Amino acid sequence: MQNLHASLLELIRRTSAEIPDDVQKAILDSLEREKKGTIAESALKIIERNIDLAKQKSQPICQDTGSIIFYVDCPVGFDQITFEETARGAVREATKKGFLRQNSVDSLTGLNDGTNVGPGSPTVHFHQHRSAELNVRLILKGGGCENVGAQYSLPNEKLKADRDLKGCRKVILDAVLQAQGKGCGPGILGVCIGGDRATGYEFSKQQFLRMLEDRNPNLELDQLEQDILQTANELGIGPMGFGGKTTLLGVKICAANRLPASFFVSVSYMCWAYRRQGVSLKPDGVIARWLY
Amino acid sequence: MTSITIPISEETIRSLKVGDAVSITGTLFTGRDAVHKFLHDGGKLPPGVSFQDGIIYHCGPVVIKDEQGRWKVTAAGPTTSIREEPYQGAIIGEFGLRGVIGKGGMGDKTLAACQEHGCVYFHAVGGAAQVLAESIKAVRNVYFLREFGSPEAIWELEIENFPAVVTMDAHGNSLHKEIFAASQAALAKHL
Repeated sequence: MQNLHASLLELIRRTSAEIPDDVQKAILDSLEREKKGTIAESALKIIERNIDLAKQKSQPICQDTGSIIFYVDCPVGFDQITFEETARGAVREATKKGFLRQNSVDSLTGLNDGTNVGPGSPTVHFHQHRSAELNVRLILKGGGCENVGAQYSLPNEKLKADRDLKGCRKVILDAVLQAQGKGCGPGILGVCIGGDRATGYEFSKQQFLRMLEDRNPNLELDQLEQDILQTANELGIGPMGFGGKTTLLGVKICAANRLPASFFVSVSYMCWAYRRQGVSLKPDGVIARWLY
Repeated sequence: MTSITIPISEETIRSLKVGDAVSITGTLFTGRDAVHKFLHDGGKLPPGVSFQDGIIYHCGPVVIKDEQGRWKVTAAGPTTSIREEPYQGAIIGEFGLRGVIGKGGMGDKTLAACQEHGCVYFHAVGGAAQVLAESIKAVRNVYFLREFGSPEAIWELEIENFPAVVTMDAHGNSLHKEIFAASQAALAKHL
């Protein structure tokens, strides 16, 4: 498993230090749109320079290297236990090398043992498929953006949000308003309509695996995504909440079945420092290709 | 762009206004969740550490030891400040802070303390850990490393030309309050 260890270490390094191309393009486009001479423009310029510096120095884009979440698509019969052990080893080494901050705290004692390995860290989601391919995706999601995530239970009287798509739209836009610049905007929303309290958030985060420029195959959800993106960008919150034209870079929404009694809308917010990468691995664990 | 040097006088701080871009040079201290709660609960600063006329930076940097055993900051952007809202105002008053660097802005209690004691909130670009780490020229010391862990420790850092924007001034103005109110009004038109 030496190859797998090396490949996962490289996946972590690259995820932490290099922003994916689709996100970088969206940031550069937004820089074009902002009014010259504003603090929104200067914030985006700093962001642009930061992206270049991190890549060049092979150091974290953001010091909060976040929750470490692996998504693994694996063949039937794959040894998940060995994978998880190897992933934990790679996380330990990545932390020693400074690709990851010492970022995992014992919630009861408050102690940080500096390894990033402990209950719930890293998290690995396995998904079997009937293919020989082994694909490993990684998201590093910082605490600032995680803290502005929100889950609404419909109907919501205060927001006058009923159990329909109009109601969903209202609560999603409320999440954008409440987040302001605290989640390090311009941000990207991952939303799940339905599910339970746990799966709703889980599926909302999985939306971050989509390419920024893709379109939702479900026409209703596609329209909602475009509508939220456009409306949010007319609110004037702007980069970092400084005011300006770019509040969001993208919106990704999925739907999951719900119980008759429940109607949750779960909103996850991803900061501009959108750390998401993936690799397809050969059977010997060597990286065959990058997925983003 | 206004150049600010630490220690900062009250007069200088009161001359700053929301929207001013600044470039900060001098020695500051990091402090975030654990430090704020500790100080608010009556904890004492370690000997040799003084916040008087200084700046606290809401930041949990990535710091590694180089081959010679020296600390090196490799990533150092701001963390979300609002979590310190219950504590910040009292700490500004008690320890004589002239500035707080963070991201996302803070609330009414901090804004009132800024006005009363002569302090401002400097907003750094969240996530810009590399650009901001370039402004950190040296690590002078670290305190509470074992007790609070690396991100939560007090790091004494020498900074040069650190870029930030004043988003809450000592005259009761807050860019964050303005933007929230304006965006809330804009949203109402879209619902």
